[in-house]
Amino acid sequence: MKLSYKLFGAFLASVLISLSSTAFAFTACQVTDIGGVDDKGFNATSWKGVQDAVAKHGIGSKLLESNAETDYVPNLNSFVSEGCDIIVSVGFLMGEATANAAKENPESKFAIVDFAYDPTIPNVMGLIYNTDEAAFLAGYLAAGVSKTGIVGTFGGINIPPVTIFMDGFVAGVNHYNKTKGTNVSVLGWDPESKEGLFTNNFSSLDDGRAFAQNLYDEGADIVMPVAGPVGLGSAALASELGTDSLKIIGVDVDQYVLDTKNQSVYLTTVEKGMDATVLGAIESAKNGSFKGGVYVGTLANNGVRIAPYHDLSSSVSNGLNNEIKKLRSSIINGFLSVKN
Amino acid sequence: MRDYLKKKIISENFDFEEILLIPILATLLALIIGCLFLLATGETFENILVAFTNLFIGSFGSLNAISETCTAATPLIFAALGIALAFRAGLFNIGAEGQIIIGGMAAVIIGFSIDFLPIWLHLPLALLFGAIFGALYAAIAGWLKATTGAHEVISTIMLNLIALRLLDYFLRLPVIQKEGRNDPISKSVLETAQLPQILSFIEPQLRLHSGFILMLVAVVLVYWLLFHTTIGFEFRSTGSNPNAAQYAGIKASLTIILVMGIAGALAGLAGSNQIMGVLGRATPGFSASIGFDAIAVALLGRSHPIGVLFAGLLFGALIAGGRLMQVKAGVSIDLITIIQALIIVFIAAPLLVRNAVPWAFKTKDKS
Repeated sequence: MKLSYKLFGAFLASVLISLSSTAFAFTACQVTDIGGVDDKGFNATSWKGVQDAVAKHGIGSKLLESNAETDYVPNLNSFVSEGCDIIVSVGFLMGEATANAAKENPESKFAIVDFAYDPTIPNVMGLIYNTDEAAFLAGYLAAGVSKTGIVGTFGGINIPPVTIFMDGFVAGVNHYNKTKGTNVSVLGWDPESKEGLFTNNFSSLDDGRAFAQNLYDEGADIVMPVAGPVGLGSAALASELGTDSLKIIGVDVDQYVLDTKNQSVYLTTVEKGMDATVLGAIESAKNGSFKGGVYVGTLANNGVRIAPYHDLSSSVSNGLNNEIKKLRSSIINGFLSVKN
Repeated sequence: MRDYLKKKIISENFDFEEILLIPILATLLALIIGCLFLLATGETFENILVAFTNLFIGSFGSLNAISETCTAATPLIFAALGIALAFRAGLFNIGAEGQIIIGGMAAVIIGFSIDFLPIWLHLPLALLFGAIFGALYAAIAGWLKATTGAHEVISTIMLNLIALRLLDYFLRLPVIQKEGRNDPISKSVLETAQLPQILSFIEPQLRLHSGFILMLVAVVLVYWLLFHTTIGFEFRSTGSNPNAAQYAGIKASLTIILVMGIAGALAGLAGSNQIMGVLGRATPGFSASIGFDAIAVALLGRSHPIGVLFAGLLFGALIAGGRLMQVKAGVSIDLITIIQALIIVFIAAPLLVRNAVPWAFKTKDKS
C-alpha cells in the first residue's frame, strides 16, 4: 500500500514537472473549423504556419479542433482564458465568433484566415488572399490544356473565399478565349449570377467523386474542386479514369505533395500561402508590431501562386508555360485585371 | 430479438444495478480503453494523466467548466427525453436530428420576423413554434406507421435527409437569408427571442442560458407523464406488449402518433434551444448531430428521465472537458468520440460489463 502511495506521488510529481515545462514565454494558438487539422487544406496549412513559428522562434503552440460550429465560441473562449498571446482562427465561417471574442477581450490578439472586417477591429488581423489572381492563371492553363474544350469547377459553400477561386478560374478561361479566339467553356460557376455547383459541405469525399463524375459526364476533362478535402474524392475518380480523361486542379496547398496517393492527377494547385501569412501574423504579435486590419496575400508578395505541374508537365507546352509566366508578371504589374 | 433489445434499453423500475451501476462501470471501462488507445498512439503515461485530469477540470473544475458542461448537455437531454419516451412505447425514433432542424427553423423564423412583441410573449412564442413544428414533423413518421405500418426507423431516417435539404433550401430564401451574404445563413434572432443567460451576473462569459432550466422542467414533466398519468401508462403498455394493450382497449395507432408527436416536440425544443440560447441564427450545420448523440444518451440513461439527465450531463462533460484536454495535453478531440462510442458498446452489451467486473454485481443478469 505504502509503495503504491510513493509511486502515485512520483507520478504526480512527474506530471507537475511536465506541466511546468510546457510554459512558454509566447504561445500561439489555433482554432480549426470543422474540417479539422488533417484536412490537407487550409486548416492544415495554417497550422503549418504556426509550426513554422514554433521551429523558428521556439514559441509554444496549442490547437483546438472544432467538431461542430457550436464549438467555435467556447474554443475561442478557452484560448482567451488560457492566456494565448495570439489566437489564429481559421476560416470565413468563424468570422462572427472571432469578432465577438475580440470585442469582449480587447487585450487578446486575434488573426483570422479568410475574413476581412469592415470596419476593422483593432485587435484582429484579417488575412485575406487575392486568390483570383492565381486562379486566373490556372483557368488560362486549363483552357490551354483541355482537349474537349470544356472545363469544370465546383465549390464547398457559396461564400466569398470559395467563389473567388471560381471567379478567377472563369476569368482565366475567358481571357484564353479572347486571346486565342477559342470557345472553351466552364461548367459549374456563373460569375454574373453568383450561382453554381456546390456540395454544401467541406467534408464528403463521396460528393467530391460524384460532382467530378457529373462534370466529366458533361464533357469536362479538367476539374477544379474548391471544397477542401472534398477534392480528394475527385482526385480518386481522376486516378481511376486516367489523366487523359480527367485532370484535377487542386486548391489551397500543393496537392501533389499532400495527396500522395493520387498525386499524378494534379495539373497544378491554386495555392494560398496561409502558412506564410499566419507565420507573419504570429511574428508581428511577438515583436510588438501587431496591428488590427487586413493583410492581403497577392501574386506579388507570393501570398497566392500556382504550384508546379509535376507529373503532368508534359501536357503543358512550352509556349503555354511562357504565356502564363508573362500573364503572371502583367498581373503583378497591374497591366491585366483578373476580374471578369 | 426485439424483446431482448427492449429489455436492454428500458429499465422498468429504478433498479440500482441496471440504471446506475452498469452505466457507471461502462463509462469507467470506456475511459480505461480510451487510455489504451492513447498508449497505442504513442502518448506517454504522464501526458495521458494530464489529459484525463484536464478532461475532468474542463468539465467540472470551475464555474465556467460547469456552465459549459450544462450548455452542451441541455439540447442533448431535450432530444434524448423524446427518444427515451419513444423507446418506452416500443418505437425507435432515429429522427431527432430532423426534428431538431425543423423545430430550430421554426424558432429562428419566429425569432427574427416578429419585432413588435415584448420578450415575455416573443420568447415563449418562438419556443412554442419550435416545439409544434418538431412535433408535426415527427408525427409524420408516427402517422405513416399507424396507417400503413411503415417502419419508423426507415421513415425517420429518410425524414432526417429531407429536413437537411429543406434547411439548405430555406436558408437561401431571400426572406430568411441574412442580408449581404451568399452562403446559407439565416437572419439573427432578435433580442426578445433570445434565452437569457442565467449566470452572466457572476461573470459575463458564462454562457449557460435559461434553456437549462426549461430542460430540468421537461425532465420532471416527462417523468410525471410516464409514471403518473394514464397516457404514460398507455405508452408503456403499448411498448411492453402491443397486443395486450390493444385488447385492454388502448388505441395503438393514436398512441403511436401521440408518442412521436411528443418526442418531436422535445427534439424541436432542443433545436430552438440551440438557436435561441447558443447560436442566435441558423446555418446548415446548426444541429451538429445532436439528434444522433441523443440516441446514445437515451440508451445510456436506460430510457429513464432521471437516467437521461445524468447521461446527458456526462456527454456534455465529455464535450466541454474535451476542449481543455486538447489544449493542455494536445490529445485529439477524436478520443472523445471513441470514448462515447465505447460507452454505447458497453451499454448495449451489459453482459460484457458483468463479465469484466463480476465482483461489482450482487444479482445475476435476469435476462
